[in-house]
Amino acid sequence: MSFWQRLFRKARADESAPAPASAVPVRGTSLERGQVELGFLVFEQTGEVLAAERLLKKQGFAVEVKAPPAALRKGCDMVVVCPLMACLQVQSLLKAHRLEPLDFVPVSDPLLEPVSLFQTTDFGDWFMVRAANMKITVEKASGRIVNVSGGGCPDVPYLAGLLLGRRLDEAEEPALKGQTLCSYALQRAFEEARRQWHG
Amino acid sequence: MAWLVCGTIPDASFPLFHGTGRCDPEAGLLHLEELNPLPVQRGSATLVAAAFLAAECLHVPAPHVLLVGDTGDGAGSRKLYARLADMLGQEKSGAGYAGLTFHYLFPELDGHNRVLAALEDCEPKPLLVADAGFMYAAKMSGYAQSYDLFTPDVGELAFLADEAAPHPLYTRGFLSAGEADVPELAARAWRAGNAARNLLVKGHSDVLVSEGQIVARVSEPMVPALEAIGGTGDIVAGLVTALLHSGLPMQRACRAAARAARRAGALAHPTPATQVAAIVPYLATALQQTLAKGEPAEEVHVQA
Repeated sequence: MSFWQRLFRKARADESAPAPASAVPVRGTSLERGQVELGFLVFEQTGEVLAAERLLKKQGFAVEVKAPPAALRKGCDMVVVCPLMACLQVQSLLKAHRLEPLDFVPVSDPLLEPVSLFQTTDFGDWFMVRAANMKITVEKASGRIVNVSGGGCPDVPYLAGLLLGRRLDEAEEPALKGQTLCSYALQRAFEEARRQWHG
Repeated sequence: MAWLVCGTIPDASFPLFHGTGRCDPEAGLLHLEELNPLPVQRGSATLVAAAFLAAECLHVPAPHVLLVGDTGDGAGSRKLYARLADMLGQEKSGAGYAGLTFHYLFPELDGHNRVLAALEDCEPKPLLVADAGFMYAAKMSGYAQSYDLFTPDVGELAFLADEAAPHPLYTRGFLSAGEADVPELAARAWRAGNAARNLLVKGHSDVLVSEGQIVARVSEPMVPALEAIGGTGDIVAGLVTALLHSGLPMQRACRAAARAARRAGALAHPTPATQVAAIVPYLATALQQTLAKGEPAEEVHVQA
């Protein structure tokens, strides 16, 4: 069976699986397709998307980041998906925090989702977590970040410089200074590494 | 003719710089003319350091570099795209570049397309190598086959093979793609027009692909810790840059770069906590050993 046949068979199996804990409805209802009409917020910069997602999740809104439709893509892009019903509240909150989207567009077709799986490699005294194209390596005994690799956006070397040598429980989250899709992947790897290190 | 390396430095105050320089491998510093020395840690500084050191070994001029500060908002990369398009426009009737290597740049379609349009007018057309963010933009642009070489890892190859994904973050099956899938992914990426004519796929074994078909693998020395070390892929891209500039044919240059990077890694006896600066001092020795007596061609297992 080819890679793509295996892949899409797995995807179909995943669709029939129970919803993960993270899909439990929160403010603004859940984002399960078919239950609620969705829209997406378009921003000028990916860094604004990441800041908006962080803010809205903190405030309890059920939002997700996804790829924009092909016609809107400029390069390193993400949009924030939220329920249409919560649109006014969301925009008002964002405006209060000087995060003003360029547009709000109803979702008419499925949007590509970020990679949500992780791969962990055990190197004995160290472990490495991979999320999409980013890898973070941690010393097991101390929780110290010893290496960051992968990626291709220009904030990766910058964020790596901030993370190296810090412990997982004291390092600033990559999302706070990250501005690209690679930094989003690095944030996911960081969170997973922290979860695994805490056991 | 010169070779030009384009990339970014993770410091917003770093100016747009066009020139050349040298690497001090023992100090782990990159010296670019009048600028303050840069530490060789990861990213484009590492690629440039490897290219400078390899050029010295190969007795070819050090590559020119076009570097700019960018910490992720893309502002520096946009300046670089604009400057490069202008430079290429001026070069097209004169002695241009033998080749260009593109690296950590903000993946932006508009900037990519301006540069590629300027390159299309260059005569003779330079060799084009792309890695990292610029490779992402090249794939998304639909003009990947205008490039001579991409240097993805296996996950990034899955991204190239997924015609719907605009960035590796959205790739279906990114993490489930294994080395056994490389032949199918490479063929699919090529058929869809999303791969360069040649791919050097970095992994446990490095795989060289030409027009969608596997032509060589480099597996030794095997040093698993290298996967964790940020900057090892940048070393490969830097070595292949200098080897191509020295006139080696594409396949031989890729095999030698893969082998020499592995050998330098082995000489450093790394752990997953080793930094790439600890590998850089071994690059010259590793490259010299690799090129001695035609060694790469003998050790590579060519697929039927």
